Amino acid sequence: MAWFSNMVVLLLVAGTIWLARAASRSRYWRESARELWRRRRLALIVIGVFVVIALLDSISWVGGARDGDNLAAFQARSIIDRIFQPETFKEASYSAPLAKVAFYGGKPLTYPGAHLLGTDILGRDVVYRALKGVRVALLIGAFTSLVVIPIALLFGVSAGYFGRRIDDGVFFAMTVLASVPSLLLLIALIMALGKGTVQVCIALGVTGWVHFCRIARGETLKLREADFVQASRALGVSDAKIIFRHILPNIAHLIIITFALTFTGLVLSETILSYLGIGVEGSWGQMIDQARNELSRAPIIWWNLAGASILLFVLVLAVNTVADAMRDIADPRTRREGQ
Amino acid sequence: MAAYLVRRLVYGAFTVLGVLLLLFVLFFTVTDPDDIARKAVGDRAKAEVYVQWKKNHGYDRPLFVNSEHGVADTKRYTDTLLFEHFRRMLTFDFGRSDADGTPIAKRLREGAGPSLSLTVPLFVLGLLVGVVVSLFVAFFRETYIDRSMLVVCMLAMSIAGLLYIIGGQFLVGTLLRWFPISGFDPDPAVTARFLALPVLVGLVSGFGADVRLYRTVFIEEMNRDYVRTARAKGAGDARIMVRHVLRNALIPILTNVVLAIPFLFTGALLLESFFGIPGLGSLTVEAIQSNDFATLRTMVFLGALLFIAGQLLTDISYALADPRVRLS
Repeated sequence: MAWFSNMVVLLLVAGTIWLARAASRSRYWRESARELWRRRRLALIVIGVFVVIALLDSISWVGGARDGDNLAAFQARSIIDRIFQPETFKEASYSAPLAKVAFYGGKPLTYPGAHLLGTDILGRDVVYRALKGVRVALLIGAFTSLVVIPIALLFGVSAGYFGRRIDDGVFFAMTVLASVPSLLLLIALIMALGKGTVQVCIALGVTGWVHFCRIARGETLKLREADFVQASRALGVSDAKIIFRHILPNIAHLIIITFALTFTGLVLSETILSYLGIGVEGSWGQMIDQARNELSRAPIIWWNLAGASILLFVLVLAVNTVADAMRDIADPRTRREGQ
Repeated sequence: MAAYLVRRLVYGAFTVLGVLLLLFVLFFTVTDPDDIARKAVGDRAKAEVYVQWKKNHGYDRPLFVNSEHGVADTKRYTDTLLFEHFRRMLTFDFGRSDADGTPIAKRLREGAGPSLSLTVPLFVLGLLVGVVVSLFVAFFRETYIDRSMLVVCMLAMSIAGLLYIIGGQFLVGTLLRWFPISGFDPDPAVTARFLALPVLVGLVSGFGADVRLYRTVFIEEMNRDYVRTARAKGAGDARIMVRHVLRNALIPILTNVVLAIPFLFTGALLLESFFGIPGLGSLTVEAIQSNDFATLRTMVFLGALLFIAGQLLTDISYALADPRVRLS
């Protein structure tokens, strides 16, 4: 699996650079990007840091383990794993943030004062676990959407552009999927497909597909009647060329905004799935779910819950504010002064 | 007009059939009855137990074609899981739970009351609070009150629902001890104390998104010409906001809200499960945890059916109100 995730990272980075270069050729995109950067610098930097952490956690290889550490020697470990060395950097059980002694019993710790957010019930470092969750969150929210968007565009745009039978079929599929309440649809899909990371991602992808497809279809329907599309058709431009030159660039901004909103929606619904016991392994939702009874312990244990929730909150907030700004930039009617 | 209604109804019926087909694909082909039976009786059960379980729960038919019957016999196609699934769902004959064998219809009847006792107050209060706060905020638009409220909404929207519940239980239930942490009682006077906390948590968790949405609607209305006319004729601010803006903005808000009404019946999954309210949300959570596919299918079907019915009613009432459709 190590080579696979390494390849995916490579592809993603290459794809992003290619897209950025393609977009920077257009004045509209250059100005929008500059405006976004001017308005939401902090949020964009935060998202960037999360992406870098996720990428560092996705590049992994075998070897380089310390002597005597038999298990780790044969496992591919990511850069984050290599920084934290979780095989040795752990305690027996709970310890408070920066504590020098164990939480229960008061024995001295192996690494006194080194656990920034303490350790969980199995003695694992909370900062390490929370950082591992970054990759899972981006996998759930971003990677799933990235895989789904081309499929949804294919269906949505062709339904809106060609109409007739294709539209009837796609619209019916969308109606059926959208008429099942989204959480129930997610649950039904996961229960049918079985528990597991890939299955949850497929289920989230199907629910996300409906959003993207609806937006793509609706906008294409509007654009199809626009003067510039009619004009190119009258000039004899082929359908494929009209779609790539005129339709897709004009729905791109909506797809990006929907992407950001779907991202937060997916990451937040994963926490519910984790509570129901059908979440993704190693997600923040699972950390929160495992920690939910720790608040009622007599000396209260808060750091597990805090570690996962703070990162979840910061990521979702950053994406939400960026999505908000993108909407304002794309639609000048709602543009607010100041900010 | 009649043609529109008929077309709309037929499309609604086809959507219901589509949902049933989706459920069949998911729960009879993706996970087939063999998987369901194996999960229910365990891997080590004897073959007879396994076959008997399938027979008891009606999973012992073939999927599409029953070759026990002759080619000319319609039973060849009706005595199958596909046909039975459609027939039972459409006649509301939901059968028994896969987990403990209780009739699902009975569980639904028992759960609807507790669910409604949570979701109805939550819905009414949520609408009230959302409209009042956003009307207030919209009145002070582009001032620091508006801006700080938008920031609060954004922060509130970025917190996971699970955290609201955990935090609410901890803060109000454990630290302040205002309300019991969880529980339910059929007696309305007693259960009000139990329901206070889940309703409060539900209100807070829905607050951000609601206020933002309603605020946008109000501000859009406030930019209309009739507001300027009202101001020109000398109407006061309060009168303009309540008599003119609120009244007109209620139309888009209500259409948004009407679509949420069907889901009052299906209950709130997380709130019910966390606060021990024995409603339909809890039923769904239990069904997930005990691999009770029969109950799960029923809940998904009912949720979709209510949604389709709600949408149909909205469309029809729109059509009745809109002269362009009514007179065509």
